[in-house]
Amino acid sequence: MDSILLTLLTFSPLLGLILLIFIPRTQTGALKLIGVLSSVLPLILAFVMYGAFDLKQAGLQFVEKLEWFSIPAEQVQFPINYELGVDGLSMPLVVLTAIIGFFAAIAGTIFVDKRWKEFYILFTITLTGMLGVFTSQNLFLFFIFFEMTLVPMFFLIGIWGFKDREKAAIKFFIYNGIGSAIMLIVFVALFMSVWTLNFSEIKTAFTDSSSPFNAQGSPVFIGEGLRYGLFIALLIAFAIKMPIAPLHTWMIKAYQESPTPAVLISSGVLIKIGAYGLLRFNVGFFPDVAGQLAGLLAVLGVINIIYGCILALVQNSLKLVLAYSSLSHMGIILLGVAAMNEVGFQGAVFQMVSHGLIAALLFFIVSVIFERTSTDRLDDLGGIAKSMPFVSGIFLTAAMASAGLPGMSGFISEFTAFLGLFKEMPIIAAIGTLGIILTAVYLLRAVLNTTFGPTADRWKVLADAQPLEVLPMVLVLGFIVLIGVYPSVLSEPLQATLQNIVPRIGG
Amino acid sequence: MESRWGPLAQYDWSVMAPEFTILIVATLISVIDLLMPNNKNRQVLAWFGIAGSLLAGWFVFQNVGHGVVEILNGSYRIDAFGNVFKLIFLAGTIFTLLMSINYLNRGDGKEEVIHHGEFYYLTLTALLGSMIMSSSADAITLFVGLELLSISSYILVGTRKKHLLSNESAFKYVVSGSIASATVLYGISFLYGLTGTTNLFEMADRLGEAYMAGNALLIYIAFFLTFVGLSFKISSVPYHMWAPDVYQGAPTPITAFLSVVSKAAGFALIIRFFITAFRSIVDYNAPNGPQSVFISELLLVIGILAAISMIVGNTMALRQTNIKRMMAFSSIAQAGYILVPFATLTSLIFEQTVYYLIAYLLMNMGAFAIIMIVTGDRGTEDIRSFAGLYHRAPFLAIAMTFFLLSLAGIPISAGFFGKFYIFMSSLVMGNYWLAGIMIATSVVSYYYYFGIIRQMYMRPGETEAPLRVPAGIAVIVLIAFIGTVGVGIVPDSVLNFIHVNFPFMDIIETAGPVK
Repeated sequence: MDSILLTLLTFSPLLGLILLIFIPRTQTGALKLIGVLSSVLPLILAFVMYGAFDLKQAGLQFVEKLEWFSIPAEQVQFPINYELGVDGLSMPLVVLTAIIGFFAAIAGTIFVDKRWKEFYILFTITLTGMLGVFTSQNLFLFFIFFEMTLVPMFFLIGIWGFKDREKAAIKFFIYNGIGSAIMLIVFVALFMSVWTLNFSEIKTAFTDSSSPFNAQGSPVFIGEGLRYGLFIALLIAFAIKMPIAPLHTWMIKAYQESPTPAVLISSGVLIKIGAYGLLRFNVGFFPDVAGQLAGLLAVLGVINIIYGCILALVQNSLKLVLAYSSLSHMGIILLGVAAMNEVGFQGAVFQMVSHGLIAALLFFIVSVIFERTSTDRLDDLGGIAKSMPFVSGIFLTAAMASAGLPGMSGFISEFTAFLGLFKEMPIIAAIGTLGIILTAVYLLRAVLNTTFGPTADRWKVLADAQPLEVLPMVLVLGFIVLIGVYPSVLSEPLQATLQNIVPRIGG
Repeated sequence: MESRWGPLAQYDWSVMAPEFTILIVATLISVIDLLMPNNKNRQVLAWFGIAGSLLAGWFVFQNVGHGVVEILNGSYRIDAFGNVFKLIFLAGTIFTLLMSINYLNRGDGKEEVIHHGEFYYLTLTALLGSMIMSSSADAITLFVGLELLSISSYILVGTRKKHLLSNESAFKYVVSGSIASATVLYGISFLYGLTGTTNLFEMADRLGEAYMAGNALLIYIAFFLTFVGLSFKISSVPYHMWAPDVYQGAPTPITAFLSVVSKAAGFALIIRFFITAFRSIVDYNAPNGPQSVFISELLLVIGILAAISMIVGNTMALRQTNIKRMMAFSSIAQAGYILVPFATLTSLIFEQTVYYLIAYLLMNMGAFAIIMIVTGDRGTEDIRSFAGLYHRAPFLAIAMTFFLLSLAGIPISAGFFGKFYIFMSSLVMGNYWLAGIMIATSVVSYYYYFGIIRQMYMRPGETEAPLRVPAGIAVIVLIAFIGTVGVGIVPDSVLNFIHVNFPFMDIIETAGPVK
């Protein structure tokens, strides 16, 4: 109760923001340094917290609670609290966010070429928003932090992006704006059904068989219709965020036009918020409905996987290959969730973390190549392994991790997700595994077309990775391998929390 | 004092000190303006007006917390509702006058308004009209206030004498405004015919009887005529079409005045008039027992009109390239939002309306101050005039961003909480469809508000030269900025302050017999 560690962690990037305001815009070195440092602080705090995290405990840890303001409704005042906390589900995602934040901050020093001051100010706000999304423990706070990531991302894409950046920015914002509007409606509807905003209180209200909200005939009984309605609405909101086809077009455009740090943030963390919401709210609050609709989720997941794979196969642009690859990998998360058992959920969370790291690494590598060649087209590139052996090597490794090579995080997450689903829906899972084969095909196609083959004259003198580029690549690859060979770092904190969710699922 | 003045001398005239102050200051300014040599700068008159408004504000504060006072035979009442609205009008007018000083004295030879003195005192008479509107409990008095505000604004809109659009808009404003006033009067004449009184409280008692006596149709006609006419003042559907033309043609400070003070006055009048006069119409023969016709039928219509306002305003704004026209459609949409608490008649309708109006005052005044500076500098009102503003005046661009975020209802800002409270209460009252439309149209509005943000940060401007910001404008922007952010961080304290200091329910209490 007395710990303020979580507040410190969540708002620590803002310390950097305050410093940044006072640094003149001409001091680019200092701006970059502070920018990176403001992401190091949460990284350190996240690891400190992970170290202090009690693996055996299923409930919330590092809880903080303060009264913020109250909503007047009729004659009563409903307090809205500032409440933070982490459990086994959010802890890995907080660490992921901190790692990706650091990664993106370094990417900013390399790939951002103008207006560093504004860039890092917006970056720190986004980082705080992302950390807040995973640490907040009530719906209102979640919504505020969620919005806090949208507005700065609009600027990051629209100012520092590539040629068609403004369209991409507005598309990003409108799609996500619609998503958050739907989310807000559901949140308010939830609030007005059970008169609380706190996650665990809502969960208890909906899942505890002794609560009046579940008792047929009680005046506050919440019927099937409302439960299904809320579940579907939430699913749509998070389907935009994740994204789930056919609501994915904003992501493709955004990944194509965003500056590298924004892509890292977006592919690494932002789209995981959708999956987090799916687990935390859809499954957490409505386990009975989730159990009924598991088939729907599984079908959506398979569509995502196959659709993403097929489109990734025919793209000529590396960025688009990776964008559709993200779509397909989000499908695996859906399959894990659809399994509705502990193994499946574990696979889903594994995939969230694993894909966050791998996608960010891949996008980083593509940017490194793009920086030197000014192209990401497969038919222009080829044979750059001769001039850039290190980058090409990492590229191949990361692609293999993404394709699920054993020993890397991709394998263990896809394996567990499918393992979970095979128990429940073997046919759908079997179709889904086709995706794994296709993934290997399109990734190899992309990597081989880029790095192998005859080297064109203009690619013979490319510089290999600089120390500043090597450091984050190796660091992230390290985490990918660590999860691959020692999955307990992730599974142990998860287990206790997931065991808490699973028994309530109906079906 | 039992002389020929009779009861007039017995009234407690001191409660009208705010109105008298404005009246005296406006009169003095007009006289001084006449006596001043033509070539003298009239800026000092504006400062005099601002000082007068501050003094009037102080007098209003003296009235706060003294319960209901009625004078002039119950036709004029001082209560919490009127007081809080008067404070909003005064703040809006002070902002307007500060903007006007800079608008009229640009110092680059492009001034369009020649008669500065008139500009200042007409703003004050418009303010006086608003104040009378917010305090009157009699159909005649409120009409006098309405006309005083209207006629002053007609002239103000046309003060850019050599400007074609300004002339056109003033003409449109006069014609449509007169039709609106006539509609209101026609509606009131039905009410007078039904009840034989112009006093709103007596009307309230007799309208209920009139309804039960079988005059329902006439009551509906009266209701719709008065509401349609009054919707002109708040620029909501169905009487909103004047707004884009007039907003575009009017001098920018007057546009700001129309969008904030005049609109708030319209809301004060609508809420007081309908709640006082129509609240007690009850249908005792309804199938499920006595049912309030006011809530079940009349307010439903207002809810529908509010929804149409949101839809029309937000979708039409998408197509605008002129920033002032865009703000006009935005203000039509905002009028729709502000009507929601009234249409759903929540227990906190006054607090929510006033909270939103305060937020609206801050964000809209700030936005218009910046619009005035930017369009004045570029010589065009196209939204492209905002291109590259961030490089020319970073603080202005950041402040404008916050105002636009607040108008769009994105957290954490005053506008977000204003909308959030309204949204919540309309859900609590079971008006799901209205809340749904509110959310959906808000998302639509992101598109055009962010269009301006896009210009400011992402488009290269024609010039990179730093934009000179006059001190007066800087002060407005700063106050509005701090207010927009501050009210957004501590929404509760503001709402509580309003709730504690202004017991709005006294709007339907009559004061005891005249002492």
